[in-house]
Amino acid sequence: MVITRRRAIVTGFASLGALIAVKYPKQLPPTYGSVLRMGDNLTYAAQRALLPGQSLVKEYTLADITPFPAVGTVKLPPNVVADWKLTVEGRVAKPQTFSVADLKRLPSRTQITRHTCEEGWTAIGQWTGVPLAALLDSVGMLPSARFVVFHTYDDGIDSIDMLDALHPQTILAYGMNGGDIPVQHGAPLRLRVEQQMGYKSLKFVQRIVVSDEFDDGGKKGPWQNGWAWYTGI
Amino acid sequence: MTNGPRHARWVRVTHAIATVSVLALVFSGFVILMAHPRLYWGNAGNDLTKPLIELPVSRNYKHGGWEGDARTYDIFNQNGWGRSLHFLAAWLFVIPGLLYAVFGLSEGHFRTNFWPGGRSHYGATQKHVYTIVVFIFAPLTVASGLGMSPAITAAWPFLLRVFGGYQTARTIHFVIFASFVIFVVVHVAMVARSGFVRQTRGMTW
Repeated sequence: MVITRRRAIVTGFASLGALIAVKYPKQLPPTYGSVLRMGDNLTYAAQRALLPGQSLVKEYTLADITPFPAVGTVKLPPNVVADWKLTVEGRVAKPQTFSVADLKRLPSRTQITRHTCEEGWTAIGQWTGVPLAALLDSVGMLPSARFVVFHTYDDGIDSIDMLDALHPQTILAYGMNGGDIPVQHGAPLRLRVEQQMGYKSLKFVQRIVVSDEFDDGGKKGPWQNGWAWYTGI
Repeated sequence: MTNGPRHARWVRVTHAIATVSVLALVFSGFVILMAHPRLYWGNAGNDLTKPLIELPVSRNYKHGGWEGDARTYDIFNQNGWGRSLHFLAAWLFVIPGLLYAVFGLSEGHFRTNFWPGGRSHYGATQKHVYTIVVFIFAPLTVASGLGMSPAITAAWPFLLRVFGGYQTARTIHFVIFASFVIFVVVHVAMVARSGFVRQTRGMTW
């Protein structure tokens, strides 16, 4: 067979496609019949196939911290914040309920990162919390687990895959800029998923369900307003 | 109707896909801009910091609905489908664009039509403009777009470094968008002036 230049080019592109196909995530979010969701899935699969997993996002210095807009927030009575309980259940050996004080006894991580809102603005803040990996470890996550689902006080649901859940910078934060998290920023517990858009970093996290199966919360998840489930871009 | 000269088939196909994707990118990009029509320089910028410029392109323009750092104003935001359409169209831009670039180099298309002194009858300015659009605008718009991705810049931090920050990348992305729109308008006007039907047939079927 003569290897023409054109054939070499086509083969090159086909190999790239094959690489993405082979490294495609085993479980993809449902497309709900929407061509836009199919595009989202292509982006998700391509990023998972082509990017090295769990690279750290850039961390900033105290001097870089900026004012931080609070959007999509609810009013929370102070006693609700004070009596907060976090339940971790699902595919774990020891389902458990934690107070914020319990969580503060687990390993902690402090990071100064950029919050990237899908609207187009960015803000830099310092977050302190328990790495999600340490929390999942403390309840004995089962090896079959593939996704982590978050339920919030204001009835929101969203989930992330295990690569993002076990990312070193994915933390369940209880501190912001050196103090407790103010209510409008998600008191007392909010998720930080630094390698995705801001809306994946859910506020007011109350329940964590570890799952073997994909679960985006259906009508209570990002789909309700037509939002993509994976937002690494 | 007589059949004039045609562009090569790969040129016609990639041009058709580029037309669709650029229209979708410009439209969805504008919708995304409407959600936050403020541009900044550096890593961070938001309603609580000073913008370089604020564009009066949606009701979000200087809405002023803030109580401390909490937003009370119900903003215009169609980024759910806007962002997904933008990235779907971006795939349609990037993959055929790469094929176009590789074929263009290997088939001598750029040497003929773009480089000064190339064989084609295109004017010198026209050749320069095509070179700028294909070799500067297109790669820069993709790079600045990727520079806004948290996952991609985590893996490839140089994309953030070369632009000097997320908001700088976003502002550059906007400037290229505006330049691209001007190019498309002039390009179509020139096509119309030099025989719209003949030119369009030469680039289609």
